[in-house]
Amino acid sequence: MPLRLTLASRNLFHDRLRFVATAVGIVFAVVLVLVQLGLYLGFGQMVTKMIDHASADLWVMRKGTKCFEDPSLLDANARRTIDTVNGVARTSMLVIGFSDWRLPSGEMTPVFIVGSDLNANTLQPWNISEGSVKALSGANTVAVDRSYEQRLGVSKLGDKADIRGRSVSIAAFTRGIRSFTTTPYVFTDLSRAHAYVGIPNTVASYFLVDLKPGANVEQVRHDIEAKVKNVEVLTTPQFAERSRTFWLFDTGAGAALFGGALLGVIVGTVIVAQTLYSSTKDHLDEFATLRAMGSSNGYLYTVIIYQALFNAVIGFCLASVIGFCVVWFTAGGALPVVITPGLWGIVFGLTLAMCIISAMAAIMRVVRIDPVMVFTR
Amino acid sequence: MSTPILEARSVSKVLGTGPAQVDALKDVSLVLQGGELTVLMGPSGSGKTTLLSVLGCMLTPTAGEVRVCGTSTEGAGAQALAQLRRDHVGFIFQSYHLFPTLTAAENVQLALDVRGEYGRDARIRSCEALARVGLANKLLSFPNELSGGEQQRVAIARAIVSGPSAILADEPTAAVDSTNGQAIMRILSAIAADSDRCVLVVTHDTRLLPYAHRVISIEDGRLVSDERGRAGTPLQTTAAGQH
Repeated sequence: MPLRLTLASRNLFHDRLRFVATAVGIVFAVVLVLVQLGLYLGFGQMVTKMIDHASADLWVMRKGTKCFEDPSLLDANARRTIDTVNGVARTSMLVIGFSDWRLPSGEMTPVFIVGSDLNANTLQPWNISEGSVKALSGANTVAVDRSYEQRLGVSKLGDKADIRGRSVSIAAFTRGIRSFTTTPYVFTDLSRAHAYVGIPNTVASYFLVDLKPGANVEQVRHDIEAKVKNVEVLTTPQFAERSRTFWLFDTGAGAALFGGALLGVIVGTVIVAQTLYSSTKDHLDEFATLRAMGSSNGYLYTVIIYQALFNAVIGFCLASVIGFCVVWFTAGGALPVVITPGLWGIVFGLTLAMCIISAMAAIMRVVRIDPVMVFTR
Repeated sequence: MSTPILEARSVSKVLGTGPAQVDALKDVSLVLQGGELTVLMGPSGSGKTTLLSVLGCMLTPTAGEVRVCGTSTEGAGAQALAQLRRDHVGFIFQSYHLFPTLTAAENVQLALDVRGEYGRDARIRSCEALARVGLANKLLSFPNELSGGEQQRVAIARAIVSGPSAILADEPTAAVDSTNGQAIMRILSAIAADSDRCVLVVTHDTRLLPYAHRVISIEDGRLVSDERGRAGTPLQTTAAGQH
């Protein structure tokens, strides 16, 4: 191992208090970046949860629909037209919309209704923990998530509440289907969803299209858009991307998360830069001695860069442990922090870059050192 | 006659600008041969350290020429001067300038590391250099665990480990007691015994003169005297023999 690596590490750890302060600063910055970007990923996954769980090949929606929760409506009769398009195997309707849920205590709370044809296997509740999807075919039955039981005033199968004045009973509980809007999802059969949302039976929110094997997706999309007026046809990934783009960028939520991450990078860079600079100033005699001994500029840079990299690796490792804890704690929450291996890699690269950029001020200082100063100190 | 290792030809050096401008060296010419220990003496501010810096390629002369092992420093940039120092010059400083976070062996090895020499061979050479200055038993000691004399001997080992042609020492005994000072001069004298190497010692301490083959005096930036003993023998052999 080159001695400069030893020198860099010893200089770094020589002043333990300063090293701890630096490590805390880096950890703070990296955790901030990890959490912000993890929230970004988590938010991105949350906003497309319904779309991702639908088994449809194509989504037919009102032109200009921005996201899954957009309550634009279509003429229900268009379903028959879509069924006639070559390549379409089956079309089913989906009705969504906000509604009011009255608890047994009389309190009201908003809910988001998801009504689908339960026989069509298009968008059904998943992660069923109690009851069954089949039980939803019973009269006035709904499925809700366990995490909302207090808010909805229900605790067991068969408990009752009102939606828009209509009595409903709990036929199934799910686990982990949480809404990023904090409004609970209520799954029900299509036949009752119109009434719960308060729209006539002649309209639908989406048509979910299954294609025949070997069908040309682009051709089917084109044909549907040609035959049905004022609709757009998107594949599931396209619709997920559109939803994600809307919630993350059009609303500014993504910018806020990126802003937080950027803040973390800036804070981290400033902290590391300050520490490296002050450490370099404290060791000016040593750097001057190295210069007097004839070390090249590259050699001096390497010592400082090694210090920066030590900071980066140690800070990142500590931050990763905290990051794992954050992921674990938020896993069941309304907005989980999702940290993928790719994100770990990106943040590690960002940490390295942050620390190396931070070394620039120290390097500029070292370059200006006059080796003659070794005679005057 | 040995090969000239360091040569200064009509060297002048102006330091500072404006009212603070000082003519630190005035038309200095000097040749340092291998196998000689030269002592450079003079009062404070006479230009001793400036001459040492110019000969050691840390400063470039304002006028005149410096040659190190035959290579002129004229027009050389900072990196080229650093290369000359790396290849040909070893420095010993009054305040040692050891690295407090490195052991004695590592401090010595650093002189090889800056030359891109590392690994087992570099470690062995560092240990040998420390053994040569009598510190074979202090390899793993940190500077704060060593006495002043021992620290200066580590600095000497660092200066000689890469086998430079010129050893330039700035007041090497100023920070140590008389006994250690004599010991250090004996080591430097032994180093100067090598005909391929010259040693230049800047000092105020006249007690070191017995070790010198040559004594140069400088005042107000000019060399005012240059005394040389018989070839290969110290200037005051009798005095040297007493130590």
